[in-house]
Amino acid sequence: MIETNNIPVAEKLTSKNFAPDQDVKWCPGCGDYSILKQTQTIFPDLGVKKEDFVFISGIGCSSRFTYYMDTYGMHSIHGRATAIASGLKASRPELSVWVVTGDGDALSIGGNHFIHILRKNFDINILLFNNQIYGLTKGQYSPTSEIGKITKSTPFGSVEQPFNPAELALGARGTFVARTLDRDTKHMQGILKQAYYHKGTSFVEIYQNCPVFNDAAFFLFSDKETKKDNAVFVEHGKPLIFGANDDKGIMLDGYKPKVVKLNENGVSVNDLWIHDEKDRIKANMIAGFQDDPEEHLPRPFGVFYAVDHPTYEDNMKEQINRIMGKKGKPSLNKILSGTKTWEIDR
Amino acid sequence: METKEEIIEVESVVVKFSGDSGDGMQLTGMQFTDTAAFLGKDLSTFPEYPAEIRAPVGTVSGVSGFQVQFGSKEIFTAGDQYDVLVAMNAAALKVDLKNLKKGGIIITNTSGFDQKNLRLAEYPEGENPLDDDSLDNYTVYKMNVSGLTKDALAGMGLSNKEIERSKNMFVLGLLYWIFDQSPDFTIKFINEKFTGESVIAQANINALKAGWNYGDNTEIFNTRFKITASNLTPGTYRSITGNSAAAIALIAASEKSGLPLFLGSYPITPASDILHELSKYKECGVRTFQAEDEIAAICSAIGASYGGALSATTTSGPGMSLKAEALGLGLMLELPLVVINIQRGGPSTGLPTKTEQSDLLQAMFGRHGESPLPVIAAESPSDCFSAVYEAARIALEHMTPVIVLSDGYIANGSEPWRFPSEEDLKPIEVKFETEPNSENGVFLPYKRDEKLVRPRVIPGTKGLEHRIGGLEKQHETGDISYEAKNHELMVKMRAAKIEKIADYIPLQIVDTGKEKAKLLVLGWGSTYGTLKTAIGELLEEGADIAHIHIKYLNPFPKNLGDLLKNYEKVLIPEINNGQLIKIIRDKFLIPAVGFNKIQGLPFTTSEIKSKILELLKN
Ligand SMILES: Cc1ncc(C[n+]2csc(CCOP(=O)(O)OP(=O)(O)O)c2C)c(N)n1
Ligand code: SF4
Ligand SMILES: [Mg+2]
Repeated sequence: MIETNNIPVAEKLTSKNFAPDQDVKWCPGCGDYSILKQTQTIFPDLGVKKEDFVFISGIGCSSRFTYYMDTYGMHSIHGRATAIASGLKASRPELSVWVVTGDGDALSIGGNHFIHILRKNFDINILLFNNQIYGLTKGQYSPTSEIGKITKSTPFGSVEQPFNPAELALGARGTFVARTLDRDTKHMQGILKQAYYHKGTSFVEIYQNCPVFNDAAFFLFSDKETKKDNAVFVEHGKPLIFGANDDKGIMLDGYKPKVVKLNENGVSVNDLWIHDEKDRIKANMIAGFQDDPEEHLPRPFGVFYAVDHPTYEDNMKEQINRIMGKKGKPSLNKILSGTKTWEIDR
Repeated sequence: METKEEIIEVESVVVKFSGDSGDGMQLTGMQFTDTAAFLGKDLSTFPEYPAEIRAPVGTVSGVSGFQVQFGSKEIFTAGDQYDVLVAMNAAALKVDLKNLKKGGIIITNTSGFDQKNLRLAEYPEGENPLDDDSLDNYTVYKMNVSGLTKDALAGMGLSNKEIERSKNMFVLGLLYWIFDQSPDFTIKFINEKFTGESVIAQANINALKAGWNYGDNTEIFNTRFKITASNLTPGTYRSITGNSAAAIALIAASEKSGLPLFLGSYPITPASDILHELSKYKECGVRTFQAEDEIAAICSAIGASYGGALSATTTSGPGMSLKAEALGLGLMLELPLVVINIQRGGPSTGLPTKTEQSDLLQAMFGRHGESPLPVIAAESPSDCFSAVYEAARIALEHMTPVIVLSDGYIANGSEPWRFPSEEDLKPIEVKFETEPNSENGVFLPYKRDEKLVRPRVIPGTKGLEHRIGGLEKQHETGDISYEAKNHELMVKMRAAKIEKIADYIPLQIVDTGKEKAKLLVLGWGSTYGTLKTAIGELLEEGADIAHIHIKYLNPFPKNLGDLLKNYEKVLIPEINNGQLIKIIRDKFLIPAVGFNKIQGLPFTTSEIKSKILELLKN
């Protein structure tokens, strides 16, 4: 990439370019380390100039992320990163803006901004580190904690049902909704790239282990022995297959997803549900797999939904350009005087 | 044409238009005002709306009023009492009669005084103020405006509803005749407003002319007014409301600084008009963002400021409370931001459509932590321009959020404005850092210049990547620091940076009166016009008084303390329960005396005068 006449070809970025000389201070074994590593790994491949990346985060263990990426960044206030990112993107559409947030940050205190940014569809990437707990404040239950959760603030168990972030994002008319997890590094890298390439608000929920306050919450979906039977990785245009020997699939029985054994009772790959990331209704069904415990549906990962829709900043810019083109930019003196003036003379 | 009526020459007149919310009194008042302004009069207006959008028709709570004082001399208030009251129904008379001058003129629409309207206005059964002697002290003109309008528009094929809607134009035409003002300005306005609806336009014009002719032809009216020739400062004028002035001030600051303008806002009375107004200026590249709440509004503005825009957020008291946490962030990040609070009666939803000056202490202290911010107050509708422009200049040149206090009275009120030209405006210096600012080639985001201001670097600047945030920063490097001594240093540094702004604002002047006197009246914000009028009148009577009006409330102008020493007594009138007085007493240790009105209304000139006289006596 040539920048200007005299400057030589820009140096090729590597993951090292994104690691600042700051000590990373998450607890040992925290899932956040992996997310940082995968992000630093894919960033050089995105073709964006280093100075054009911006991270905006709220408050929480997860939100410390901003300090650990050697890009521009703002570690802001609890829950408001999405709102700050909206203003930044509206005024500087050319920047690559990334929001890092937690389950408390995005869904509790920042819930209002979260749903609205999805609806407005700024071209921003939101990474929600879901550890189903408030990490930074030392272990209270969060809006994604399962009912009955025993924490410091709920010593006898929480009494409220959790949000399913993917469902919420779809309900808020998100145009890109995906899920991945800290311990599946390759999958995460793939999802992060797809999130970047999607034009519009990309929402990525990342299951993240908090070994200190909520250990092993997602190991079922990442441990070798249990992963294959309990997780399904959806891909656009591919059938929903899972199981220890890729021997199970998901079929649609009317409106009901059903787990079927492949090559039994005459069921073949051709009978399975083929994932279509443009299908909003089916994306909602996938996001809701966990609500049918009797059927033992696996936990879905991957891009559930991705559609093209005009972004807020493009619409805003288009409107400004159209009106500027029609009316022409008035001089400041014209604005100061307005349309109706009168003279007082002596 | 031979005139049969008595013509009274006056310097100024106060007119109050009062009617049901649906009677179009605001539009009528604005038209009357614009015409007067156009014909070279100075003026000041005071619109008053009910809090409900559609309060029950005919009731006292549904009354909407528009007061204007206009004249040939300089006018600073909408007037204490009116010379002429237009009462379109019984409720309007009931609400507004109390402030009509004894001997004043009442113009009534008799169809608004039928059984039903009298009952709705809660007059006792069988009582009609137009029929008994209760209005004997006034000159009352009774006419069936509805009926007269109907006659004037007969044969035009209009529905009753459309005819009803034109009756305010009849009244306006009559008022033009009474005050010898040409209706041409309004005819032009109607034609522009109803382009493509020629029947409606014609109906309104016909009603307007019918009103004029009614005054001219019938011999009911025995008084007309003529305003003496104007002695205003020569120049080119326009009419402006406080909120429009605030909006164009932001555009002006954007042009002068060369930065794109971003406004993040959430609708709230009486601030929404700034959002409305700026949203019209797409051709100037203005980006307005109606956020999901006030928190998002200020946060989006902080984001845009980080990106390099001139950023602003506009609101009123309740919204200001929601913005408090993010203001702390803006202060910590040391990013420029203009925050405009159009105050209204509080706390909570309070009196949403009424005025108050009760957010001064909030602006000064209403945040967590040690968090001083500059505060500037606007004094009049047109002064909202200079207050907001100054706020933008200080925000950009000193890298800080700045709070502007206006209020419902001046935000909605209007006056003629001898507007500045581009060349008259102070330049605004903005610099984006693009190179490392230390010897060893490292960029130090919190290294300060002689103003104690840190460098502004925007994302996209090659080689200066760095992080900022709300955690305490190490001096110069901006790295996170929890070190005890550093925190104290930084708290003091941020305070000193705001104090230093005093070197870059004008010194305080004595507005009227002498440099030394028995009594000083010290005001701030929208009380300016009333105080100036009251003090001007008393000075003419020889009172030993002076008036200082503070625009820069934080930091104060450097000479304010010295000025205050020149007066034996200091009176601080405020539309609140005593806020500036706390700050003045604390800062200058003087025994100032407060004078407070908390009724959702501005002071009247006579209230101020009698308070001053009382203090001068003992
Ligand atoms: C206005 C405000 N309220 C409360 C807090 C305290 N607080 C900080 S982080 C946090 C919750 C963090 O949980 P989450 O977003 O899930 O992030 P995690 O630490 O788990 O990554 C809370 C309640 C705060 N910083 N600001
Ligand atoms: S508390 Fe949990 S989430 Fe926070 S850093 Fe430690 S392990 Fe990670
Ligand atoms: Mg969490």
